[in-house]
Amino acid sequence: MEVTREKLNGASAGDHGRGSGATGSDDFRIRQLRARDMLRGDIADEELERYVEERVLTTTLDKAVAWARGNSLFPATFGLACCAIEMMSLPGARLDIARFGFEAFRASPRQADLLILSGRVSIKMAPVVRRIYDQMLEPRWAIAMGACCSSMGVFNNYAIVPADKFMPIDVHVPGCPPRPEALMHGILKLRDRIQGHAPAGWRERYGAHGTEEVLGDADLPGVNAVNVFQSGETQRA
Amino acid sequence: MTAGLSDYRKQEESITLSSAPAGPGVEQELMTINMGPHHPSTHGVLRLIVTLEGETVRDVKPVIGYVHTGIEKTAEDKPYWKVIPVVERMDYLSYYFNAMAFCGAVEKLLEVEVPARAQYLRVIHLELNRIMSHLVWLGTSCIDLGAISVWWYCFREREAVLDLFEMSSGQRMHTRYFQVGGVIEDIPRGWAERVRRFTKEMRVRADQYAALLDKNEIVLQRLRHTGIVDEQTLLGLGVTGPLLRAAGNPWDLRKAAPYCSYDHFDFKIPVGTIGDNYDRYRVRHAEIYESCAIIEQALDGLPEGPFITTDRKVALPPRHELATSMEALIHHFKLVTEGFRVPPGEVYNPIESPRGELGCYVRSDGSSRPARVHMRDPSFVNLQATAPATRNSYIADLVATLAMLDPVLGGVDR
Amino acid sequence: MPDATGLELIAQDLRAADADAVLGTSFFREEATIEVAPAALRAAAEALRAKGYTFMASCHGVDYYPEEPRLGVHYQLLDMANVDRVCLKARVTIEDPHVPSLCDLWPGANHPEREVFDMFGVVFDGHPDLRRILMPEDYEGHPQRRDFPVGGEPVLFTYNEDKVPGWTR
Repeated sequence: MEVTREKLNGASAGDHGRGSGATGSDDFRIRQLRARDMLRGDIADEELERYVEERVLTTTLDKAVAWARGNSLFPATFGLACCAIEMMSLPGARLDIARFGFEAFRASPRQADLLILSGRVSIKMAPVVRRIYDQMLEPRWAIAMGACCSSMGVFNNYAIVPADKFMPIDVHVPGCPPRPEALMHGILKLRDRIQGHAPAGWRERYGAHGTEEVLGDADLPGVNAVNVFQSGETQRA
Repeated sequence: MTAGLSDYRKQEESITLSSAPAGPGVEQELMTINMGPHHPSTHGVLRLIVTLEGETVRDVKPVIGYVHTGIEKTAEDKPYWKVIPVVERMDYLSYYFNAMAFCGAVEKLLEVEVPARAQYLRVIHLELNRIMSHLVWLGTSCIDLGAISVWWYCFREREAVLDLFEMSSGQRMHTRYFQVGGVIEDIPRGWAERVRRFTKEMRVRADQYAALLDKNEIVLQRLRHTGIVDEQTLLGLGVTGPLLRAAGNPWDLRKAAPYCSYDHFDFKIPVGTIGDNYDRYRVRHAEIYESCAIIEQALDGLPEGPFITTDRKVALPPRHELATSMEALIHHFKLVTEGFRVPPGEVYNPIESPRGELGCYVRSDGSSRPARVHMRDPSFVNLQATAPATRNSYIADLVATLAMLDPVLGGVDR
Repeated sequence: MPDATGLELIAQDLRAADADAVLGTSFFREEATIEVAPAALRAAAEALRAKGYTFMASCHGVDYYPEEPRLGVHYQLLDMANVDRVCLKARVTIEDPHVPSLCDLWPGANHPEREVFDMFGVVFDGHPDLRRILMPEDYEGHPQRRDFPVGGEPVLFTYNEDKVPGWTR
């Protein structure tokens, strides 16, 4: 099949230079035509690069990919204990995780990119969890759901291992078990993080910088402590 | 004393065949594969070492311990009332039953009387929990069989039950509602009506599940005449609950040795005939209706009175008394800081949980902390029936049988 | 439950068969317990089984620290026909923790006895498959003994979160 390519006519090329100064509707029409031409293969190489750069001025390709990734997480079916039952009610009818796009729970870790560690990780299970996590392909994230895997939870004893000790965790969701809404909140926080606008820490949100507890010498813990009642410069060790 | 690692492996990998291999070279036909602990159909972190000859299962060895939490050890250095949330998290689908077994054992040791209203409230919550546990069982089992729609419906009903639990105690799961001597709080206004509405609707929904599954050809093909274990083998293995009832033995502790006012209610025990997977499914499904009946009778006859024992040495006094009564203040202080002391002794308190006989053994040495708490979990013992039920059947039958056995690994591993 | 006199009659029958079998009986809170010498456990179990206690409800272990002998094994037996329960108890020391296994009488004792072995270190002679069941196979120690530490992780505060190794840093 013969494909003829011809340069865009003068009107488009000229407008291309002053694209940003044109009135809104003109600009839009020009972009529409350009898009049609691009799809037909009429713009190529440099023109295309410039076109794409101009179109995605504020969103780089990475951000676009990150947006797509964040909206299509595939959680791995990894239910350990009680938190698993609350995780199972996430795709249920009441708190429908499918409206966010996360309903495809994959059984195989090779096909999943989110490991929701739901439940207590015992010593016997920790190497298995690590192996499952290793089998997941990059990029992958992990949520420690519940108190038992985030910290030791209710059972601070010989049999439990906190998940941070053997694998990197992105989000900890506290609760015993956390309500499905709480887990949803944690997953959405992770989604924000993936998409590049990580939620601000509480110190930013509440303007509380300067309240960090700074410890210097172990013997004299008060020496370098910050006096939050003083205005002005804060001392840091 | 402990077996060496190589001995452990040898025993783990040993194959027990039900009959001598048919001819020379059959051992080469046997393939041993590993199912789990991370597997979609093992109902929790159960690891099965399955020896197959083609598609036929010749031997199954369950390996457990992947969610062992040391609950019994943790319970030993906590005051009795703090043990309740620890022990609740054992069999995580029947948390009211765990609490009931433990509270019943401690009440036996203390010889404290639970008021009638508290007993009825306990029964209502226990039966609601039984319904919820059976709903989760039905949903997850149908996923294993491939009937995924049922899972959505069961979890919708489960949300209704959890709403009721949240209304009465503030928590959806692991509610700490049962305390030693009664329940922690009286039910709020409007709860009884909501429970009635739920039981009425639950019967309709259970009819809908039956319409979907009972005569479904695929369900019949997969569950009928699969996983049959005869009653004597089950009794030898110590299996109780719906598994034993499906085999024809109507043993139910609620009728045989009634506790907590169960003898005030009129309900039937569903019993199966041949003990295959289909009978187990039908028995549990029928138990939902019986639980609805018990709940309605309990609501009809709910007596007035205190919701926890009035013995101030065991139960906290009501808060308004703390402002006026010195004794109440002292009791409150002692109970919250040290806890009540239990006279030394050992008791074993069995109740009927959705999976069978749940027993709690408590040994007290006279202090405010138990010296030993052991939960006899039904799934732990029932799991030994996996091998006899699945020997010489297909691997698809193994999945179906495991689903119908209803093991909850939290209880198995504790 | 058999009442106190029933319990004494059972104990009498067991003593008739073997004079030093029964070390004691206890009827506490309407529950009957017979303590037997470990060597006589099998005979006592068979005798009770013949009397109608055909169902083994539970097998669990206890550490009676600091009373000697420390390790106890309890078998809860149930007579389904009369709804009677009796507890058969045997106590052994740490130095010689051998108890005959009841797996051939009740196949359902397999996993519970393994659990008692794993948690307490009681060795069941004649058990077909005695190995750890809940803890990893190379675990050292028997966790549920009273002198085994509960373990766990220290709670992380600002002053120790850098010092506790291998966690969040």
